Amino acid sequence: MAIQAIPNAARSAPAGDSGPVPVRPCWSCRGPVVDEAAFCATCQAVQPPGQADHFARLGLDRRFDLDPATLDRAYFSRQRQVHPDRFAGRSPREGAIAEGRSVSLNAAYETLRDPLRRAAYLLELAGHPIAGDGATIADPELLAEVMERREALMEATSAAEVAAIAADTREQARGATGALAAAFAVGDYPAANRHATRLRYLAKIGDEARRRGVRLEGRAA
Amino acid sequence: MMLLQIHEPGETPLPHEERGAAVGIDLGTTNSVVAVATDGRPAVLRDPAGRGLVPSVVAYGEDAEPLVGEAARHRLLDAPEQVVSSIKRLMGRGAGDLKALAGTLPYRLAEAEPGEGGMVHLLVGGRRLSPVEISADILRALKARAEASLGRAVDRAVVTVPAYFDDAARTATRDAARVAGLEVLRLVNEPTAAALAYGLDQGAEGLYAVYDLGGGTFDLSVLRLEKGVFQVLATGGDAALGGDDFDHAVAEHFLAALGADAPSESEAKLALATARLAKECLTTRESGEWAVELGGASRRVPLDRPTLDRLIRPMVDRTMDICRDVLAEAAIAPPEIQGVVLVGGSTRVPLVRATVEAMFGRPPLADIDPDEVVALGAALQAEALTVGSDTLLLDVTPLSLGIETMGGIVEKVIPRNTPIPVSRGQEFTTYQDGQNGMLFHVVQGERETVDECRSLARFELRGIPAMTAGAARVLVTFAVDADGLLTVSAEEKTTGARQEVAVKPSYGLGDDEMMRMLRDSMEHGARDMERRLLIEARVEARRVLLALAAARATDAALLPADEAAQLDEQVRLLESLLPGDDRDAINGAVEDLERRSQAFAQRRMDKAIHLALAGRSIDEVGADPVGAPAREP
Repeated sequence: MAIQAIPNAARSAPAGDSGPVPVRPCWSCRGPVVDEAAFCATCQAVQPPGQADHFARLGLDRRFDLDPATLDRAYFSRQRQVHPDRFAGRSPREGAIAEGRSVSLNAAYETLRDPLRRAAYLLELAGHPIAGDGATIADPELLAEVMERREALMEATSAAEVAAIAADTREQARGATGALAAAFAVGDYPAANRHATRLRYLAKIGDEARRRGVRLEGRAA
Repeated sequence: MMLLQIHEPGETPLPHEERGAAVGIDLGTTNSVVAVATDGRPAVLRDPAGRGLVPSVVAYGEDAEPLVGEAARHRLLDAPEQVVSSIKRLMGRGAGDLKALAGTLPYRLAEAEPGEGGMVHLLVGGRRLSPVEISADILRALKARAEASLGRAVDRAVVTVPAYFDDAARTATRDAARVAGLEVLRLVNEPTAAALAYGLDQGAEGLYAVYDLGGGTFDLSVLRLEKGVFQVLATGGDAALGGDDFDHAVAEHFLAALGADAPSESEAKLALATARLAKECLTTRESGEWAVELGGASRRVPLDRPTLDRLIRPMVDRTMDICRDVLAEAAIAPPEIQGVVLVGGSTRVPLVRATVEAMFGRPPLADIDPDEVVALGAALQAEALTVGSDTLLLDVTPLSLGIETMGGIVEKVIPRNTPIPVSRGQEFTTYQDGQNGMLFHVVQGERETVDECRSLARFELRGIPAMTAGAARVLVTFAVDADGLLTVSAEEKTTGARQEVAVKPSYGLGDDEMMRMLRDSMEHGARDMERRLLIEARVEARRVLLALAAARATDAALLPADEAAQLDEQVRLLESLLPGDDRDAINGAVEDLERRSQAFAQRRMDKAIHLALAGRSIDEVGADPVGAPAREP
């Protein structure tokens, strides 16, 4: 009865837009609803989430450069309309549909608000997915860099040392994010893939540094 | 922004459902509070003596109705074995969980009986009770207080839970409310409720931390407040750390000072009560002397502030470790926090205040009574959910949820601090050739291995077709709703058949047990259920009537006169049934109406598809190979 997990990256990518039918029937008044509309224009009933990609779901252009405040505004305004709290007195069926819509907004927001996840998602949509978590590092230069940083972190014994490594890693990550944005801007997906892969490892080291830092700080306090 | 309109112009006004009032309840470890909000102004409901706090203490006398609150606390002196307190600490807990606390918690545990779930049961005053039943008795007392104070029935509530409560404890809380005859509108996290009370009161914007140290639980939440949105960015805590632990430390100090190494259950309970009194006195005083009952005699023990601080320092430090973790998780430095809100009676302890102030570099906010602020926020949310509101609470999962895989390793499916509601799938496969079943173990926690996480439930998936190892594709979906409650489903993808899974909670109540409690506790249980179904049928009927009216207003041209007359007749029939109590007749008339309007609906769809196809062919002239995704209006 033993089970094993299948890494997410090995699973089929989310469907892109494969020319969906532009209208579908409203579950409530059974009249036409424009695909992806949150509410039926005729009877105002909330609609299930449908197949839109995360950008379309939040009414945003599909691009890497994304102003966090714009993302927040798009997310809050939509969540205000469909959050289950807005449907507390309605029929269980309507509440469940609203919840589905709220879930899909959260999924979109979670994916897009983190630059690394946003990059991975864009690369997946573009057909250049970055390698999964379990994959080995193919780029020898990146491999060397990752090993070096990891070693430095393991050997650090004071909160100050860890903080210095964390600060440097953050700096490098900022640079990688800039390079990533530039690659996306010109549609160079292979380059974007390289930068995103590096950024992923830098983020992991940053997390490790943070955890170690918290432990050392706690001990010193 | 277009919100749903309930009453279309010209629509027959439908009778208002007769519902009771909706209140906010803070079901605390030490004290509970009930509050109600009217027009955005919340108020605590008090007893005739003006007391808002109801001690979360229940006394079970022989052949008598349970006593709750101050009355129960008074029984502690003459009949301590009949009195139970701090029951919140046992919500959704198994006997194994209590081993760690053995000797410190003055409870008498009952042996497990067949048919019961894994939740611990207690022996109190000759009765055998689950924490759910005891909590339900507290909730009943709060409901009664609210009804006396408001002069009307109360049947719905927002009930708060510690943000760090796991799924078992949340489920137990919801069950307790049901047993007490309260429909739970929402389980809201205590720090979030407190932020709601503060934010609305003071129009706060920016980043806030809520430090909530109650009787038995500690939470720290970091929120962003912006134009009516309360977005929780990260939360953390310890569901077994609170002022109770301060009391225990002080009680042990007292007993040790008197050389009592094996106090009786009554002596331990009394020493705890004295310790609590001492701790509270030392909030304003520097030192004092207290009388501790031991061996039938009363003996005096001194305690001063520095000694108290020394006794509780390790626990306060632990809350600071959690603060650091949560801030790091949210990638926020303490100076970025614009205000720290103190919640919970234990934040009155001077050492706690001083430590929080040192950590955040600013004096914490405590202008709203820390014992009442959570109930006030819950009352605001209860009003928001029943009457409506512009505010929006966006909360997160406090703990990661995952599944045990080979070698006892946890595969995380939903990480902590994910916004809820959330639904996420993870595929699993078989490990052996021909394996036709899979046993899933659902756990909650941050560690990598199963034995360091908390077991939530086990379920089995059967009927997987024989395949080689690794060929099956089983999709397990975790869904956490806005109450923070988890449901799990599983589906074998190669056959496409959705499997039925029976989930067995690790620390829940048995199904029979829950049924019995509902039966015993609500003499009108069946009638309440019937009434609820009737209300739902009416809500559904009203939706169908409004949807049809809207469709007719839009597409009148698609409805021939004879069909329109038929529909009018059916609508009149349904409207005439609505005020009545015949649920089956209402549901039947709704079905008829849906059936008779089907042709009309089809014509509306046909017309729209026609128009869309025409529009599309025009678009296709302009190059748009991918087909830009449609935007929300």
